[in-house]
Amino acid sequence: MVNELGHFALILAFLVAIVQMIVPLIGAQKRWPAWMALAEPAAGAQFALTAVSFGALMWAFVVSDFSLRLVVLNSHSAKPLLYKISGTWGNHEGSMLLWVLIVTLFGAMAAWFGGNLPPTLRARVLAVQSAIAVAFFAFIIFTSNPFLRVATPPFDGQDLNPLLQDPGLAFHPPFLYLGYVGLSMAFSFAVAALIEGRVDAAWGRWVRPWTLAAWVFLTIGIALGSWWAYYELGWGGFWFWDPVENASFMPWLLAAALLHSAIVVEKRESLKSWTILLAILAFGFSLIGTFIVRSGLLTSVHAFANDPERGVWILLILAFFMGGALVLFSLRAGAMEAKGVFGLASRESALVVNNVLLAVSCFVVFVGTMWPLVAEMFFDRKLSVGPPFFNAAFTPFMVALGLVLPVGSVLPWKRARIGRALVPLRLPFLLALAFAGLAWSLQTGNSLLGPLGLFLGAWLVMGVIVELFQRTGRGGDRLARLRRLPRADWGKAVAQAGLGVTMAGVAGLTAWTQDDIRVAQIDRPWQVGSYELTLNAVEEVRGPNYVSTMANLTLSQGGEVVATLTPEKRFYPVARMPTTEAAIDYDLARDVYVVIGDQQSNGGWTVRTYIKPLTNWIWIGSALMALGGLLSLSDRRFRVAAGARRATPVPAE
Amino acid sequence: MRPLLLILALLATPLWAVQPDEVLEDPVLEQRARELSKGLRCLVCRNESIDESNASLARDLRLLVRERLVAGDTDAEAVDFIVDRYGEYVLLRPQVTGANWLLWAAGPLMLLLAGGGGLLYLRRRQAARDGGAEALSAEERARLEEILNR
Repeated sequence: MVNELGHFALILAFLVAIVQMIVPLIGAQKRWPAWMALAEPAAGAQFALTAVSFGALMWAFVVSDFSLRLVVLNSHSAKPLLYKISGTWGNHEGSMLLWVLIVTLFGAMAAWFGGNLPPTLRARVLAVQSAIAVAFFAFIIFTSNPFLRVATPPFDGQDLNPLLQDPGLAFHPPFLYLGYVGLSMAFSFAVAALIEGRVDAAWGRWVRPWTLAAWVFLTIGIALGSWWAYYELGWGGFWFWDPVENASFMPWLLAAALLHSAIVVEKRESLKSWTILLAILAFGFSLIGTFIVRSGLLTSVHAFANDPERGVWILLILAFFMGGALVLFSLRAGAMEAKGVFGLASRESALVVNNVLLAVSCFVVFVGTMWPLVAEMFFDRKLSVGPPFFNAAFTPFMVALGLVLPVGSVLPWKRARIGRALVPLRLPFLLALAFAGLAWSLQTGNSLLGPLGLFLGAWLVMGVIVELFQRTGRGGDRLARLRRLPRADWGKAVAQAGLGVTMAGVAGLTAWTQDDIRVAQIDRPWQVGSYELTLNAVEEVRGPNYVSTMANLTLSQGGEVVATLTPEKRFYPVARMPTTEAAIDYDLARDVYVVIGDQQSNGGWTVRTYIKPLTNWIWIGSALMALGGLLSLSDRRFRVAAGARRATPVPAE
Repeated sequence: MRPLLLILALLATPLWAVQPDEVLEDPVLEQRARELSKGLRCLVCRNESIDESNASLARDLRLLVRERLVAGDTDAEAVDFIVDRYGEYVLLRPQVTGANWLLWAAGPLMLLLAGGGGLLYLRRRQAARDGGAEALSAEERARLEEILNR
């Protein structure tokens, strides 16, 4: 009964979406207020219906309703409740439903909070957003229906992939989708503005919070995924340049670029057509990501539902939205004239540099990801493009970005004297250099990467401190002035510091990891770096839906016990899959990461130990970046603008 | 039930990356082998290097690399030996030969293109400042004239 209700609500939402796609668009063209106004209740209804449908599916997972095919394939009655719930989106059909739920959520939010938009623009935005929803509703209903039944329900299900039964991964997809789909809002605004034929400062202001929100969600989603890979996959890597990871990273890079170029549109009425193009491309990359994950075209660790037919569908959706938007763009972009004027040395120019670096680095990731396919199709070469390529081709752009960022953020708008702007940055530059020198002399071996990363980190963080200090003016009550700085400024500062912390973390981890592999005998200690490890015992443990081989180790340093570690090797009998559960002693300076392997013929156990310096800085930095975005999002400007906008009437055309 | 589960667990237990029995006596050779392994792809896995992979084929390749190094091959010779047998698909770092130069040049070329475009745009904005925006149109000048001469 609940399933039928969910299925019915899904179809109804599809129909509402079709109406919302057509009627407001015609209304906006003909200036019929009633037709335009339809978009608002329709967006709300669409969201409510999709929520009912998603709720019904989640219910089926929670109560383990094995009459649904999807539940049989992806759930098991013995699974903990959290993973029954997360199982709803741990598969192709359910995750598509979550995706479209978020599309309609954003549409509804634009309807509810978009009271300050001119009515024609709002109607068009909602219509375009609904068009995206229509495409995905059709995709779900015709190719990936989650509500399909099985004729004879089995007694139990086939369980969710054990790797996915993890708290980090339970929340990773929803955040990622919020990010991907958040970019659909920027896309809708861009297309609506193209139809409207007008892009002004107000447009920049409206589109920015959506992009910012999407970027924050993407940051959290990517960081969660990377953290999960770090502790779950068993060798402590955090980023593999896997096609699917790249699929989420490319929209992140473009969203970051879009955030900054929208500022230029808002403040200086320049870079308009570039910003529109970025908004279109950012969502395009979200769609490409969906395509990569679900078509099976590129092999990847996490590709699920490798079904060519579905791939073709998504390719059609991609072609329709990108093709349509780009044609519209080429027709209308010429009409968008820049107004602001500025010198070569100015904040505007620095933001252009930022955009060039971000966009080109995204392009590098894109080419690297697609190259195996291109090489096979056109040059008949079967080859791989792996981490060594990306590390070599992508890193320079991030280094350049880290170098120019503090300079750009102290430059004033319009016109700057570069010499004068750089004066206060001398101190952080020298300190960062000294810091890197220290790291260079302390390290063993002569890797350039570690010191370079620390230099960038220190340069970015101290650049922020100097900038904040400068903003408080000369003398007087600096602290009070600091407190009165707009939230957006704090957001910018925190995010910049976060980038620095992440860069230092990545470099430290990559350059200075120590590892050790050995057959350990019980009660015979061994040394790794400055640490001593002892294997105390290994025992069999039974979990709710797995059996586990759990080791007990003591980690000590200089004779003092630091931690007791319990790495596990689990086996999930239903899915017939083994997983490793690494034991990690977290610390700000380093992680000690221990994995237990097989028992050897002489009675010892294979134990793998890694000491990974600065690892946690990666996640701390990501959290700071997300926090910076949230701070900026909570700035008064976005809220005050809501009231101020009503006062200025929309110019008649 | 329990013994059955245990048997299953033992049967399905894979090998986890580099095993202790693979490690070479000579730490310098071992270090070189590890570095090489990181650049070679496990053929049956999805985007994993043989250094990380648990597959038995990856183990064979790891042993092969070590065999070659012990036999006195240079790094390049050892890699060539493997590429000759398994094709360039095993290389995680694509060679810079034939059409692949496009891949390697994509970033720098795009940077030149985008940088050039950006510079052109900035120049135009600056020109607009020096000339256009601040200067008056003929109409405005006429109107100014009118006001001043009144």
